[in-house]
Amino acid sequence: MVNGAPRELERNSTIAGLLGSLDIDPRLVVVEHNRSILRDKGTYESLDLKDGDVVEIVHFVGGG
Amino acid sequence: MGIAIETSLDTSPLVIGGREFRSRLMVGTGKYKSNVEMSRAIEASGAEVVTVAVRRVDLNRANEEGILNHLDPDQFFLLANTAGCYNAEDAIRYARLARAAGFNEWVKLEVIGDQETLLPDTAGLLEATRTLAAEGFNVMAYTNDDLITALRLEDAGAVAVMPLASPIGSGLGMLNPYAIRTIKKRLTVPVIVDAGVGTASDACIVMEQGVDGILMNTGIAAADDPIRMATAMRLAVDAGRLAYLAGRMPRREVAVPSSPLTGMIGT
Repeated sequence: MVNGAPRELERNSTIAGLLGSLDIDPRLVVVEHNRSILRDKGTYESLDLKDGDVVEIVHFVGGG
Repeated sequence: MGIAIETSLDTSPLVIGGREFRSRLMVGTGKYKSNVEMSRAIEASGAEVVTVAVRRVDLNRANEEGILNHLDPDQFFLLANTAGCYNAEDAIRYARLARAAGFNEWVKLEVIGDQETLLPDTAGLLEATRTLAAEGFNVMAYTNDDLITALRLEDAGAVAVMPLASPIGSGLGMLNPYAIRTIKKRLTVPVIVDAGVGTASDACIVMEQGVDGILMNTGIAAADDPIRMATAMRLAVDAGRLAYLAGRMPRREVAVPSSPLTGMIGT
């Protein structure tokens, strides 16, 4: 699941690969993987995504 | 111009959580017709603290622009909110996500209790404040105008308490000046009135109560001309602050002449 919607990924996909395929600049987003925030962006390359993983990709938008 | 001189008469800078801020007016970034209009209005407001929300990136809109493309994090202090969160757990999660963006450890904490009024869930707010303060967050807590909740938030570790003037987005102005004054008198941490300011006179009256600052969004963003309104709000916050510091004359229910009673001709 990525941002609430099911998404099929290649085997051995990483967060970095996922962001790349979505054309998202990793510097402008925060990623949560199975409820755990990836504060170290190094894990974007190292973490292997598995079946059933839940990923949230968030950023700052206008708000009060 | 006089504005700079007048502002300099406010000799006590706004300090929250040990950090000094250059403006007592804080502004939101929601509801603008365009990002260009938002940027210009924020500039006109003179605000340093600018609030932002945390939301999912819309994966279906390629190259969607986040707010950071229009706000220079070196120029403004980005204060993330937890708007839209209806329990402590969600608010804590959003605060942690915002911190992971790497700008600061501050959060404008909202735990909403009701969709129609957007009034706060004070039990959830206290719980989230305790947890986040223990994690090192500087928590600015959006709350109602209830003194007891405000006191408890201070005890829970909030660096600022943010009572509403009236409900979020209502533009009704300050409904209970007595409650706001009481909160300001009793709290040690700064009191920033958040929500409900609809026009410049509302902002001025809020500042005349002696509070430390105001946060507003819709009052500027929903004006016909947000850039003009942002300027008006900046001047109104300064005017209200100065009037508070100056100390207003006592109210009297009878007239008192301003001109001498003696020396009238024909007497």
